[in-house]
Amino acid sequence: MTDYNFAYLDEQTKRMIRRALLKGVAIPGYQVPFASREMPMPYGWGTGGVQVSAACLTPDDRFKVIDQGADDTTNAVSIRKFFEKTAGVAVTEKTSEATVIQTRHRIPETLLGEEQILVYQVPIPEPLRFLEPRETETRKMHALEEYGLMHVKLYEDIARHGEIATAYAYPVKVEERYVMDPSPIPKFDNPKLESAALQLFGAGREQRIYAVPPYTRVVSLDFDDHPFDPSKADHPCALCGAEDSYLDEVIVDDTGGRMFVCSDTDFCAGRREDAA
Amino acid sequence: MTPLLDVRSLTKTYGSRTGCADVSFTLYPGEVMGIVGESGSGKSTLLNCLAGHLEPDRGEVFFDTRTDGPRDTLRMSEPERRMLGRTDWAFVHQNPRDGLRMRISAGGNVGERLMAVGARHYAEIRTAAEDWLDRVEISTNRIDDRPAAFSGGMQQRLQIARNLVTGPRLVFMDEPTGGLDVSVQARLLDLLRGLVRRMGLSAIVVTHDLAVVRLLADRLMVMKDGHVVETGLTDQVLDDPQHGYTQLLVSSVLQV
Ligand SMILES: Nc1ncnc2c1ncn2[C@@H]1O[C@H](COP(=O)(O)OP(=O)(O)OP(=O)(O)O)[C@@H](O)[C@H]1O
Ligand SMILES: [Mg+2]
Ligand SMILES: [Zn+2]
Repeated sequence: MTDYNFAYLDEQTKRMIRRALLKGVAIPGYQVPFASREMPMPYGWGTGGVQVSAACLTPDDRFKVIDQGADDTTNAVSIRKFFEKTAGVAVTEKTSEATVIQTRHRIPETLLGEEQILVYQVPIPEPLRFLEPRETETRKMHALEEYGLMHVKLYEDIARHGEIATAYAYPVKVEERYVMDPSPIPKFDNPKLESAALQLFGAGREQRIYAVPPYTRVVSLDFDDHPFDPSKADHPCALCGAEDSYLDEVIVDDTGGRMFVCSDTDFCAGRREDAA
Repeated sequence: MTPLLDVRSLTKTYGSRTGCADVSFTLYPGEVMGIVGESGSGKSTLLNCLAGHLEPDRGEVFFDTRTDGPRDTLRMSEPERRMLGRTDWAFVHQNPRDGLRMRISAGGNVGERLMAVGARHYAEIRTAAEDWLDRVEISTNRIDDRPAAFSGGMQQRLQIARNLVTGPRLVFMDEPTGGLDVSVQARLLDLLRGLVRRMGLSAIVVTHDLAVVRLLADRLMVMKDGHVVETGLTDQVLDDPQHGYTQLLVSSVLQV
């Protein structure tokens, strides 16, 4: 295990990543290029998030990893093991006890505090990408705050579906300046992007880092006559009864029986413990 | 009266080749200027320099801005120039594919410029898009179709609607009827003429086609090898050409 530097990456690489992170914090929502390194896992596994976590972790940290809200999926387990092994840090499944949380596709239900860092794995950092494939042009659009195209996308949604159908990676404007892709979290989580915690975003393949510092204003884009609606499940969690959490549909038997349960496994377990 | 556009000694070279050389002219509000000349004479180069798509080597292009009066657009900051490009200026490309977003609905195409300048009310954007589709004679029940499903003439009319929706004061057109069937051309020309007259638009129209300028342009500029060789009222130039080259052009001895 001493074959590795602390948290796998060498100190020089971590410094490079930290510089990108600091720049990201200084310019909320701005995509900072960084020299992404090969990690001993495939890109789809969140190498961007892993590099950001590696650059943030200290020996005193307590680390938590979630994938779609769950701590026990293969992806989450491997990343947690990776840092247990390479950094020797303590790990936890409890949101409230973690100091650094790496996530894919969710923001924990439990409100985060000022001492916590939330690290997102990002597949495609550029919110304008699918409308404007040219990188030179999207950069210019960010630089000049030309974001009309973002609303064209929402317009198309309403024209086609009668409402803004974008349910994941719902675009936001950060601190009234940069339009940002919050990674493929459900739009249900968007209100939680305004947080006391430091939020860091890492895209490995695309080599971009960006950040939302604590207490930053984050507004979901919409139209005056079609306001942003985070949408809430119309039933409670079948396990803990929560009415305000994001639910996953799970198949419970092979006759097609299904139920809706909290996607945040720690939140759900905590509520059931409290009730017991 | 202050000219809307005042162009002085505009020159653009491509290495040792001349694009356009020492072009000067003025355009007054409500005027339509035609630019004709054979292939390679520098018409597109000139138009693209005027519209800020190409950077000329020398010259000045004063545009009478709404807020600050005449300003040299070549010396404006890029954000200012791009803002003009989506508000007071419009650019109609010969190939509608260059001027449309093919994967966005007709309504989205027309609405884009409105959203770019801050429109945030869906129903209002949609109403404006319907109004403009109607004005360019596209059935409003095609509003959610993508331009790929439109004929060439419809695509060109959609491009015009998308450009005019913000009420620009100056329209640049490069061969707006090129590549269309003759009957489709005639309808488009008719439509363009109506819009130009009704909106009191100022326009610069580049074309090979003398019939286009005869119908649309108040004044004419004849270009050859990057230079303007003759200029004047359209009817005057076409009916009584002074320059030898224009005489050839008008007598259709030249294959333009
Ligand atoms: N990108 C370029 N690089 C080099 N030379 C160019 C370029 N674009 C145009 N030219 C040259 O500049 C001259 C003027 O070309 P331009 O395209 O402006 O003519 P045009 O009058 O628009 O012709 P056409 O009627 O065929 O569209 C020509 O000699 C052309 O070969
Ligand atoms: Mg041309
Ligand atoms: Zn639950």
